[in-house]
Amino acid sequence: MWTAILRRLVLAVMTVVAGGLISAMLVRYAPGFGTDERQLDARLSSDSIQAIRNSNAEERNVAGYFAGRAYRLLHGDLGTSRSLNRPVRQLLTERVGVTCSLAGKGLVSAWIAAALLVFAAWIAPTPALRVFTGVCSGMLLCLPAGVLALLAIVVNGPAYVCIALIVFPKVHRYLGNLVAASSTMPHIITARAKGISAPRVFFWHVVPVIRREVLALAGVSTSLAIGAAIPVEALCGIPGVGQLAWQSALARDLPLLINVSMLVVAFVVLANSGADLLAGERSQPA
Amino acid sequence: MRRTIAVASLLVAAFLTSALCLDELTFYVRSEPKTFNPALVSDDASETVRYLTGGVLLRLNRGTQSLEPELATAWKVSPDGRTITFTLRKGVYFSDGTPFTALDVTYTMEQLMNPALHSPTGDAFRSGAGKVSTAVLAPDKVSITFPAPVAGLDKLFDQVAIVSSQSPKRELAVLGPYYMSDYKPGSYVYLQKNPYYWKHDAAGRQLPHIDALKLEIQANRDIELMKFTRNEIQLINTMDADNFDRLARSSPEKVRDVGPSLDSEQVWFNQTANAPIPAYKLEWFKSRNFRRAISSAINREDLCKVVYDGHAQPALGPVSPANRFWFNAHLKPLRLDQNAAVQLLQQDGFQLSGSKLRDRAGHLVEFSIVTNAGNRSRERMATMIQQDLRSIGITVNIVTLDFPSLIQRISETFNYESALLGFVNVELDPNEQMNVWLSSSDEHQWNPRQKTPGTEWEAEIDRLMRAQASAMDDPTRKRYFDRVQEIVADQLPFIYLVNKDALVGVSPLLEGVKPVVLRPQTYWNIERLSFAAERPGNAR
Amino acid sequence: MRGLRTTALTVAAVLLIASLAGSLFARFDYIRQDRQHVAAGPSAAHWLGTDDLGRDRLARLLHGTRVSLLLAPAAAALSMLLALVFGAAPGFCGRFPERAAKTAIDLFLSVPWLFLLLMVRAMLPLNTSPAASVTITFLVLGILGWAAPARILLARAQSLRQSDFILLARSTGISHRQLVCRHVIPNLRPVLVAQFWISVPVFVLAEANLSILGLGVAEPMPSLGSMLRELESVLSFRGDLCRFAALVMLIVIVSSLQIVADQPEVY
Repeated sequence: MWTAILRRLVLAVMTVVAGGLISAMLVRYAPGFGTDERQLDARLSSDSIQAIRNSNAEERNVAGYFAGRAYRLLHGDLGTSRSLNRPVRQLLTERVGVTCSLAGKGLVSAWIAAALLVFAAWIAPTPALRVFTGVCSGMLLCLPAGVLALLAIVVNGPAYVCIALIVFPKVHRYLGNLVAASSTMPHIITARAKGISAPRVFFWHVVPVIRREVLALAGVSTSLAIGAAIPVEALCGIPGVGQLAWQSALARDLPLLINVSMLVVAFVVLANSGADLLAGERSQPA
Repeated sequence: MRRTIAVASLLVAAFLTSALCLDELTFYVRSEPKTFNPALVSDDASETVRYLTGGVLLRLNRGTQSLEPELATAWKVSPDGRTITFTLRKGVYFSDGTPFTALDVTYTMEQLMNPALHSPTGDAFRSGAGKVSTAVLAPDKVSITFPAPVAGLDKLFDQVAIVSSQSPKRELAVLGPYYMSDYKPGSYVYLQKNPYYWKHDAAGRQLPHIDALKLEIQANRDIELMKFTRNEIQLINTMDADNFDRLARSSPEKVRDVGPSLDSEQVWFNQTANAPIPAYKLEWFKSRNFRRAISSAINREDLCKVVYDGHAQPALGPVSPANRFWFNAHLKPLRLDQNAAVQLLQQDGFQLSGSKLRDRAGHLVEFSIVTNAGNRSRERMATMIQQDLRSIGITVNIVTLDFPSLIQRISETFNYESALLGFVNVELDPNEQMNVWLSSSDEHQWNPRQKTPGTEWEAEIDRLMRAQASAMDDPTRKRYFDRVQEIVADQLPFIYLVNKDALVGVSPLLEGVKPVVLRPQTYWNIERLSFAAERPGNAR
Repeated sequence: MRGLRTTALTVAAVLLIASLAGSLFARFDYIRQDRQHVAAGPSAAHWLGTDDLGRDRLARLLHGTRVSLLLAPAAAALSMLLALVFGAAPGFCGRFPERAAKTAIDLFLSVPWLFLLLMVRAMLPLNTSPAASVTITFLVLGILGWAAPARILLARAQSLRQSDFILLARSTGISHRQLVCRHVIPNLRPVLVAQFWISVPVFVLAEANLSILGLGVAEPMPSLGSMLRELESVLSFRGDLCRFAALVMLIVIVSSLQIVADQPEVY
């Protein structure tokens, strides 16, 4: 068991590092890297503009830069954000709690709402309820995140509700289909025929069967929630990691982006690995 | 013992009550301030903090557009324009109690002019090679000497916030009406009134009147408008035309259209010799007739009406009519005339073939316009220009790019055909635009960094700009710069489109606000603003 | 339920045909700017009013629906195909392929692929037509959108791998191809269908959001996503309900097709 855990840990670390390297390469070779809007400031002399262009010379060799960064990371130095002129460590420390809270509450709310609706549809499988939930989730899928965020501000509602509304339709749709698919399994039909109550059938016979997919969906929905946090934080002015990610992407701030990407990778790996562990999974041959 | 407790309780209650009664003005800044070092300020948000906290020797009165004494009670520029001598105000202290002296001025200038700092404010002073020297002539007298004449030298000091040479707080010890007391990254900057601020009002009360300012960081203009209508913020320094009209319908007392701003929107064609665009297109763009034809075909009135809801006017040249002294009032607008546009093109061998225009070699006239994505006004203007030029057979493709990609194309790779952007003019003096007009400069957008001017008219502009920079009297400088404007209006390296109006929002709860076109439009006289006496929930 | 499905199918068909056929009528010119009637309400000339540049909103809606609902489902289908190959197949195989797939999925879910989209845009010629650039955008979205469904397909495939009926099927000596086609893919169908119908509006919105970075559809071509961006100034809609037309269209079509596609699952 400890070997398996250690192997997962090593794989997770390698995944995080790989994520950081891929992010670094994407940023480095994306158009606009190394530019600064100060280059359009007519007051600056040619020397100053050249100095601005040269200021990120170190970052142009992305492999070398990343290796140096990784080495410094081992000593706790996450570098300095070029766009915000502040240590990345400080920026992340200030903001990670905000995003975790926002995304966490949104995720939990979305799951509770989705699970309740799916359970309700199981208990009372009327076409009206099915159409109603289908239209609701369809409507929420079609609403831009920006509009949801603005509406939240208009009604002075909590921002995590936006994340819940973004994640909910996806979770609900999957869960609904998984539960519907399991309803025609022979052992479910047998259980019902034997007169076992609908809730009991749901919790004792349906949930264990779809447990693995539900846990996988939980892992995936974590990355959905983190992704949803970016537009919500940017629009609502919430000082979280999502807002930081957006600002750093617009500014091509390599030191900040590498660290934010690695943080996101770490969260996703953690969520998906956690889902796998809870599913009690071991890798077996086909 | 009981008496002590009672007195202590009263004191605590008084403190809390006074804290609750703090006058606090809140407004939004659109982005995170990049720096609090006044010498390195280049973005709007940082400039806002600098303006509100920095003490300057001379202040340009945004209302009258004239220079006034501030920390300096008098000043004199030498006839050769190289030296400026200040007589400093006595009895002034920084926000931490450190006295203000001539040494602080010399220290500030040394920092500013340090070439390694690459300060935009410092670069504005660089008129020639050589070191800037400072001299303390008396405890309240200091002179600064530049290696070459600097045109408009005194006005440049409006941007120089004096920092302390002695205070352990360095740039955070300030001489302005407010000092920064709190900063929550991504959220707000909190400024409190400087207890040592030297200004007093006519009644002898220390300024500023408002105790604190909260600059919240929020880029979304709809949210800004919503908070403003709810009185959660009291100022909007620049407003979109759409939001302006919406608010004007419901609360006309809250909005002001101050008239044309100093800013302009323009299109230019890439004339860079080694640009990676087809050679035949480069030939089009270099043709004066081609540029004038494009300009004639664009309906500027419609741009003003549709994009800005009438809160803009067609632009004539690089200077807005709001810049009363430097604007060349003799410039004639280029009228919308699509027939004249076609005739100009025919002079260069272009021919309409059906509904499509072709050049003399038979190439379809088609080019792209790049502009920054997310700027709805520019996207709409580009779409309208696309339709206008379609009427004369020209196909325009609109390419919206995020800002870093755009900067890379127009400043480094030159992989673009035409661009639609705007100039934000902070200063009145044309020297601010020196780097735009000099052909050797990086900012000479249509063909930067030329070793020698590529055309006669660019050589003439170079000569005129250098002449106005070394002339010391404003009428002479104006003559030179008027001629620059005439050449630009003729050759159209920039096809100027519109000058937007300065649109602001001011809460009726505030008194003393006099919106102007110069930045900062609404709080340029921040120390004299106050809340109305009858403001609910804040009786004193 | 059958009546509901028929109604939904009819509604979806009518809207899709209208969007395909709309441009056949001279009235429906989505480019023309009527600058005297900007942001106008519904009228005899403009049934859904005009947008901020005076263009007929109905014409733009029909054309935009065509653009989005041809390209978004194609992108979603491409994502599903990639999810099958990189999610379900390794999940069914187990061991190293499964571990590698999980790692790849985790990376794909978290790396900022936005920059890849920027790179793709930068490589396109400046005068790429709006149709070509939006097609390429959706193609790239489809290529990048496989990770989330792949994760769930992988979990589903793992369950199937360990299920009794698959074991029984194998023990009968069935070929691998028959096993996959007759037993595995039908059991993956619910997840595929669910993800497909989630992906369609997600890709439509993604294209709209990408326009903030210049990666969406270029003017003057409309798309449902670009029309949905009008809602971002929802606080200033001045009671002009026609601005919601694109949202209503997308909701009605997606919901209708979801109802049509939903059916009892078979093994």
